[in-house]
Amino acid sequence: MSHDIVPTDHPSAPVRQFPVDDPGIEHHVPRYTDVDVAAGNRAYRNILAMFGLVPVLAIAFVVIYFAVPKTAGFDVLGNNFHAQTLFLGLTAGLAVLLIGTGMVAWARDIMSDQEIAEERHEAGSDEETRAAALVKVNAGITDSGVGRRKLILGALGGGMGMLAVPAVVLLADMGPYPLAAKRAETIEKTIWAEGVRLVNDVNELPLKASDLEIGQLVNAEPETLFKLHGHEYQTEKAKSAIIIVRMDPASIKIPASRKDWQVDGILAYSKICTHVGCPISLWEQQTHHLLCPCHQSTFDLGNSGVVVFGPAARSLPQLPIKVNAEGYLVAQGDFPVPVGPSYFERDSSKDFKEGDQ
Amino acid sequence: MRFLSSHRRRRAAKPLMLAFALLLMGTLYAVVAPAPQVAADTGTSAQVAAGKGLFAVSCSSCHGLNGEGTSQGPSLVGVGAAAVDFQVTTGRMPMAAPGAQAPRKHNTMTREETDALAAWVATLGPGPAIPQKSQYAPGDQDAATIARGGELFRTNCSACHNFEGGGGALPEGKYAPTLKGVEPIHIYEAMRTGPQQMPVFSPGAIPDADVASIITYLESLHAQPGPGFNLGGLGPVSEGLFGWIVGIGGLCLFATWIASRGARAR
Repeated sequence: MSHDIVPTDHPSAPVRQFPVDDPGIEHHVPRYTDVDVAAGNRAYRNILAMFGLVPVLAIAFVVIYFAVPKTAGFDVLGNNFHAQTLFLGLTAGLAVLLIGTGMVAWARDIMSDQEIAEERHEAGSDEETRAAALVKVNAGITDSGVGRRKLILGALGGGMGMLAVPAVVLLADMGPYPLAAKRAETIEKTIWAEGVRLVNDVNELPLKASDLEIGQLVNAEPETLFKLHGHEYQTEKAKSAIIIVRMDPASIKIPASRKDWQVDGILAYSKICTHVGCPISLWEQQTHHLLCPCHQSTFDLGNSGVVVFGPAARSLPQLPIKVNAEGYLVAQGDFPVPVGPSYFERDSSKDFKEGDQ
Repeated sequence: MRFLSSHRRRRAAKPLMLAFALLLMGTLYAVVAPAPQVAADTGTSAQVAAGKGLFAVSCSSCHGLNGEGTSQGPSLVGVGAAAVDFQVTTGRMPMAAPGAQAPRKHNTMTREETDALAAWVATLGPGPAIPQKSQYAPGDQDAATIARGGELFRTNCSACHNFEGGGGALPEGKYAPTLKGVEPIHIYEAMRTGPQQMPVFSPGAIPDADVASIITYLESLHAQPGPGFNLGGLGPVSEGLFGWIVGIGGLCLFATWIASRGARAR
């Protein structure tokens, strides 16, 4: 209460700075555990019990580690539990928790109960200290001789500046800068080509148009993919994965420009979402909608893959397909537009938009 | 004839004649009478007729009197006996009420009724038949089969049914059901017939042996001991709810307790 600034009529009295007076520290009320000896002893015993349980749990942990078989399990509420890991976790976790709660209870009930307030002080040093420091800095500059021989600093700066050049050259070597020609050879090109057969992923079965039923979904790859290995295989698979769907031609919209891209309602689309490139194969056969699990972008495969919901900005690229002499589905060529997510330089003028013919 | 006429008054004649007559009638019946039908694929006319009657009562209000489909239900032409067996034995059809999805429920039809229905629907157009056990029975649980089944599962099934076959949400109230506890025959039939929003996976892309390896993978996956409370195995939604409510909530309670003043003597 002594800090309160009491306004007076005296002209030299301090002026009130804040709209509310400093309330000071609350009146101290002692705790039960300080006043009542029995309550204090009770708190003491509780804390001792918490700390005392810790070694018991530690020993139980060791016993469980050796005594409970690794394969033992039991069912509770339809969930299957690993007995050993569950009890190891329970004993170790409870032990650590009891140390924490014991210490908090100790601080709350037993340790001294004095409220303390400290005034803040300014962060900056006083004028004298600052002046003294500046004198020392100036003395150091004079001692270094750069006042008389100024070129030394310039030479040092120039030398260190040029050291950045090797670093930049090394960094630039991490990959060729993707100029238009480089992009056309890498991210804008897949291994799909004229006559490459569409084969089912994993079991590599070539697909016949006559084997696909209406409502069918196939996760497919180009047959040439499985000749590749290692890094090359992964790179090409990331771009050339497709999904093939067969729909009733009467129930879907096929624009005039894409009449020849499909075989009796069998359509092939890129499997890579145009938003950020997640692989998508969540297809509803009755609505013809394809959903991306990452951000819920939804494409209508019965309408040239246009976006009907979600953050994707571009239609799913369609792969033109045909049937070869043996009846197998083959590609007519590469995707007409780059697959996968957008990038700054990408030309989106050729992408299919709702209403295109 | 002499033998018969001279012996016809013997005491044993009557019972012997009776036994002979019964044997004769039984043999004749066994030759003439049709073998009892339980399988749907042979489709006798009596079974088809029974199926048509059942269909008119249980199914036609949505699928039309001839299975041609209405605004309430799709056409059943060409869905095959396998689709009927799947929908009816899992209790999905007949639906209890119209809705976004036909849920799995208790099946009230007998085996014979299901077969009769399947036989009749199979006559509407060619479609997959009810599979034989050899087509879907899970093979040996050897590492190679399980690995191949797992690869096929993750490529073709996990987009909807999630990585452990726990199922997942689809738009507008629809969902992909869990595969835990689903009979192998139903997994096979669902892949071949594409019930509701599920696409078809035909033998041309996934042969029977590959379906069996997927089933083998699921059986080995679901036989593994669980991780305790798996919260439905639905991933970030249920786990995030648990983490925020129980985990962060618990920490908030501890923080409140640590910072509170506690009991005072006044």
